[in-house]
Amino acid sequence: MNFKLKDIVPQLITVTAVVLVFGFFTYNAQINMENRGIDFGYGFLSQESSFDVQFSLIEYDGSHSYFRAYLVGLLNTILVSVIGIIIATILGVIVGVARLSPNYLINKFAAFYVEFFRNIPLLLQIFFWYFAALRALPLPQDAEAIFGVFFLTIKGLYVPAFIWQNFSVFFYSIVAAIIAIIVIRIYAKRVQENQGKQIPVFLISIGLIFILPLLSFLIGGVGISFEVPVLKQLATTSFIYEGGVSLPPELIALTLSLSLYTATFIAECVRAGIQGVGKGQKEAAASIGLTPNQVLKLVIMPQALRIIIPPTTNQYLNLTKNSSLAAAIAYPDLVLVFAGTALMQTGKAIEIVSITMFTYLTLSISISLLMNWYNKKIAIQEK
Amino acid sequence: MFKYVKQLTSLVAMVAVLFTFTTESMAAKKSKTLKNTQKKGFVRCGVSQGLPGFSNADAAGNWTGIDVDVCRAVAAAVLGDANKVKFTPLSAKERFTALTSGEIDILSRNTTWTLSRDADIGLTFVGVNFYDGQGFMVRKSSGITSTSQFKDGISACTNIGTTTELNMRDFFNSKGIKYEPVAFEKADEVVAAYDAGRCDTYTTDKSGLAAQRTKMSNPDEHIVLPETVSKEPLGPVVRQGDSVWEDIVRWSLNTMIEAEEYGITSANADMMKTSDNPAIKRLVGAEGELGAAFGLDNDWSLRIIKQVGNYGESYKRNIADTGILPDRGPNELWTKGGILYVPPAR
Repeated sequence: MNFKLKDIVPQLITVTAVVLVFGFFTYNAQINMENRGIDFGYGFLSQESSFDVQFSLIEYDGSHSYFRAYLVGLLNTILVSVIGIIIATILGVIVGVARLSPNYLINKFAAFYVEFFRNIPLLLQIFFWYFAALRALPLPQDAEAIFGVFFLTIKGLYVPAFIWQNFSVFFYSIVAAIIAIIVIRIYAKRVQENQGKQIPVFLISIGLIFILPLLSFLIGGVGISFEVPVLKQLATTSFIYEGGVSLPPELIALTLSLSLYTATFIAECVRAGIQGVGKGQKEAAASIGLTPNQVLKLVIMPQALRIIIPPTTNQYLNLTKNSSLAAAIAYPDLVLVFAGTALMQTGKAIEIVSITMFTYLTLSISISLLMNWYNKKIAIQEK
Repeated sequence: MFKYVKQLTSLVAMVAVLFTFTTESMAAKKSKTLKNTQKKGFVRCGVSQGLPGFSNADAAGNWTGIDVDVCRAVAAAVLGDANKVKFTPLSAKERFTALTSGEIDILSRNTTWTLSRDADIGLTFVGVNFYDGQGFMVRKSSGITSTSQFKDGISACTNIGTTTELNMRDFFNSKGIKYEPVAFEKADEVVAAYDAGRCDTYTTDKSGLAAQRTKMSNPDEHIVLPETVSKEPLGPVVRQGDSVWEDIVRWSLNTMIEAEEYGITSANADMMKTSDNPAIKRLVGAEGELGAAFGLDNDWSLRIIKQVGNYGESYKRNIADTGILPDRGPNELWTKGGILYVPPAR
């Protein structure tokens, strides 16, 4: 009995304290809002937003609801996070490996990059890329074409748009290629287990993913043409490109600064991971006759990844959360559109901030869960 | 046991009723905000992050501008010293939350009076200290001289969280023009982006355009187009629910405007005490008991005029002499062709 009481009492006290603190804040907010004549409620989400957003992945204008505006902001946040994570990972792995290179120049250059970019505050870097680098870009009418079709101007990067014929055939050819690759991998594994023979899966996969879509062009009737951006005059000295796809400079500056910054941390994770695998592992693997490629793929990487994944997950989360600095340079992310404009136009501070916080929490936890799952998958399977 | 509980309850109820009555009668004279302000010794005033002519800090941290003068007038009335103001620079996005959460007591930050702001979010607008309208700025070299020359694809820089963002949509929609809105959180960033060529036009209140133009790398390269696309009555705001404080701020502003109407300036205010006009005598505290209604002494309005000056002096000092908008336009007194008209102080 005594033992049980000792166990339960601290738990009860903790729960009561949490409930009381939470209750106090809720009650306090309620009283104060009532005194100041502020209504509480989420009904505003279905009202017409009546403001426009510069850049949106879904169809949106001011006649849509606040909820739609929320989705616009959320998708823009996800877009910049996903692109940022991909670039940061690729760059981070390259730089991390480069830091271990015996080549003096590569090694020192990678070290300089890491020390330079991780030691300058991110907001400053965003401002640098947006305001300093942007100012150096030409006006649309002065822009030189890159490869004849790309235009990098102060108003954004204009790229040609693809116009597809029989796109579905092309799409199915890629799906077919992926299915074929999976089948071959399973088959190759079985052959290796039964006969000890190795099939060059990687080369075959590369071949398939190129050849099948290529065939769809040659015999499937798939065609592709480009819509190249064309200069249009708005006023004597005011120009813009029409047609094609335009990427706003805000998106470019934000993605660039986020990935350059986060890549430095990922590079350090990668370096730590590779260095964390004992030298003896490599020597032992070589001594049983594995090729250098096999040593890396079968011995070093599986062990290094276990060290790399958990801290890299943190960096992914940081990047996602840091993307909220977008508000400083007018990239319409969740914070700018929803916790900015929408909050101002409705005055629903508590509702909107709570939704925004909950959204970031959900985003972060999703990334976390995904990475934890991957981490578990590659962890040592004790038999 | 039950008896005691009952007795105890009635005792608590009695004390509560008594307490309510005493606080009630005090609140009639002294508002909570007024009491707190007098206890702290300074007025907490929310201003912009730097808009020349309205609220702008110099290198030494001294704030000037017509919005700043409203807060100084309240400080002069309530505390007897126009310098006892603590200024909090706020972005457009932060301003209302700062006021409703009690971080500041007056928001004097070129804020447009609209129905939804007044009715919805726990704010009360007390008056108008500048009649403005939204306009557009373009580069002179663009050859654009009217908004009718705007074409599809035009990009417009502005601030988030403003009525500007909404008016811009109304304007471009009514003209059927497709546009790219580029909205920043801070005014300085809007100016920097427009100045760099990111946008074809910069849109905000016309007074704001005129003021921000002075900050550009080459002000002469830009013009403000003649069209005004909206009504923007700008004025100070207070929290809802403290009507005494609301009255103090409203009548501090009105005093400045009425003082100009009667020709009372910071220089001649003391002499006006012997004026023959009872309206003037009331304004300089030589007649009537006007301050008593707010729980203030009778010299509150005299102090405003002596320490801050009348509206005309404030306008001249902050907006005309700085070259922002030499012409007062609608912000002239009703007696001189403008629309400044305040209820009488009596």
